[in-house]
Amino acid sequence: MGGWAIAVHGGAGVDPNLPLHRQEEAKQLLTRCLNLGISALNSNLPAIDVVELIVRELETDPLFNSGRGSALTEKGTVEMEASIMDGPKRRCGAVSGLTTVKNPISLARLVMEKSPHSYLAFSGAEDFARQQGVEVVDNEYFITPENVGMLKLAKEANAILFDYRIPNGCETTCGANVESPLHMNGLPISVYAPETVGCVVVDREGRCAAATSTGGLMNKMAGRIGDSPLIGSGTYACDLCGVSCTGEGEAIIRATLAREVAAVMEYKGLGLQEAVDFCIKTRLDDGKAGLIAVSKNGEVAYGFNCNGMFRGCATENGFMEVGIWE
Amino acid sequence: MGWAIAVHGGAGDISRSLPHDRRQPREEALRHCLQIGVEALESNLPPLDVVELVVRELENIPHFNAGRGSVLTSEGTVEMEASIMDGNTMRCGAVSGLTTVVNAVSLARLVMEKTPHIYLAFDGAEQFAREQGVEIVDSSHFITPENVERLKLAKEANRVQIDYNAQPIQNDTKKEKPCANGDSQIGTVGCVAVDSHGNLASATSTGGLVNKMSGRIGDTPVIGAGTYANELCAVSATGKGESIIRGTVARDVAALMEFKGLSLKEAADCVVHERTPKGTVGLIAVSAAGEVVMSFNTTGMFRGFATEDGYSEVAIWSDAQVE
Repeated sequence: MGGWAIAVHGGAGVDPNLPLHRQEEAKQLLTRCLNLGISALNSNLPAIDVVELIVRELETDPLFNSGRGSALTEKGTVEMEASIMDGPKRRCGAVSGLTTVKNPISLARLVMEKSPHSYLAFSGAEDFARQQGVEVVDNEYFITPENVGMLKLAKEANAILFDYRIPNGCETTCGANVESPLHMNGLPISVYAPETVGCVVVDREGRCAAATSTGGLMNKMAGRIGDSPLIGSGTYACDLCGVSCTGEGEAIIRATLAREVAAVMEYKGLGLQEAVDFCIKTRLDDGKAGLIAVSKNGEVAYGFNCNGMFRGCATENGFMEVGIWE
Repeated sequence: MGWAIAVHGGAGDISRSLPHDRRQPREEALRHCLQIGVEALESNLPPLDVVELVVRELENIPHFNAGRGSVLTSEGTVEMEASIMDGNTMRCGAVSGLTTVVNAVSLARLVMEKTPHIYLAFDGAEQFAREQGVEIVDSSHFITPENVERLKLAKEANRVQIDYNAQPIQNDTKKEKPCANGDSQIGTVGCVAVDSHGNLASATSTGGLVNKMSGRIGDTPVIGAGTYANELCAVSATGKGESIIRGTVARDVAALMEFKGLSLKEAADCVVHERTPKGTVGLIAVSAAGEVVMSFNTTGMFRGFATEDGYSEVAIWSDAQVE
């Protein structure tokens, strides 16, 4: 009990056929982020600063779906969103529809601290970014060749789903569309880009914070907002805990998943792991999602009901783990 | 146990000396919208349709801060947002940043029913509106002279605050000009309904905060903050968006009922009076059992409700002053 704890994630819903070298890359990035967070926490950086720092790192690295390396809209552009919440006093900030801001999570923090509002989006958010002097780049910066390829596959997958020339029941044998029948958010798992990166932290003072950032759903409609910037859905932090979610946005929003974990702790008195398990098991119905969480007592927990979630966790007493599968 | 419906036209610092000509049209409008909802429930229209219908009506009435009559951004434009949720299925839809769509709540419903997404905003939402063929107009349609005046006063109040750094001066200004006082705080319209089978739905719509930064999103389109419905209850909140978001107000009412076994009234009162700062929030809610609550910690909330046993009421302050 007590001491700091940290968890990071790079998205839930992982292609079981993901090549080993990609799995290794992901684990290395998660490890690097954990180590960054661990140093920061050992130097007594407050939780809110740590979550921002780690998510910035995840946004900058093109591996996961946030910042550079974000999934693409149906138009082939990037629209990013993020939110951050500080447990003491439950201050929060969120942004959506960013196209040029290098680190969305930092803009979300500025919304929280430098604006009279909690949530800014699209051109208003971009204007605010310029007023605040944050680093901005061309939209092309965020686009990776890999995601351009994925977008093409996603469009094809959608086309196949509606291609009536393929008789029912033959989908798995016709062509190379799906090697695995797993789907998330309507896309075969092979083209589904696990949405979101996130970080939750409790520092030595017992303060919790949470931050989540994403490029959103591959091939999404322009203007589509998911769960990541929605306080209570993708991100939540209060006196008791900090939570960051990932997976099918609709399911997470309907479940107000991040808030749910805190609510069952507060109103039902469940412990952190119990609360996480309860929410994953009972609140998602058919939806697929995962989450990471920390409690003010220095505990860390995670849960997911899909086939994998890129994650890592560490606590002050030396525990450290990075994983992808169950 | 029968059907029940509640509507609101915004909670805020509504001065008790609100002049009759600013009071009466709103009370009339609430009665009118309530009646529409009642007739719809009596003809067995599902609650999801009822709340959409009633909120459309509220959006069309210029006296409230939604649709026509929306407050203005700092740039003098309107940016409207709304959300809707079906308690049975827990499906939901939301929109933000609308500038030409006559009925934001209906577009939110179309997002829910016609897209794989829950929430569309700004240009993307406007484009979707055109694809769906919903009614759109020039955005000047939504702007009323009252709101142009409100924006002017809000900007002056900000300037006073900056120039003199003196709260008392600002407060005096508020007293002299009832339309700047609290009126500028009034956000949102909403409706919650339950039928005699316990089906629940909620919808909320708004122009947002007067003099808001362009791009500012409030609680109204955030599921769990301004709007929520499940099998236990349906809730629509109004007030200071930032507080409602941080307090996950609408969701918390349902959570307290579910996890702590509180009644609808106990849950609503707990959220409003114990869990959010005074002067920031109001909400209406109905339960699957046909109960209604309307709770607020602001000076007043424009509201009304009706139940199948024939009871109905329209009110503004806490000691229901209805003429």
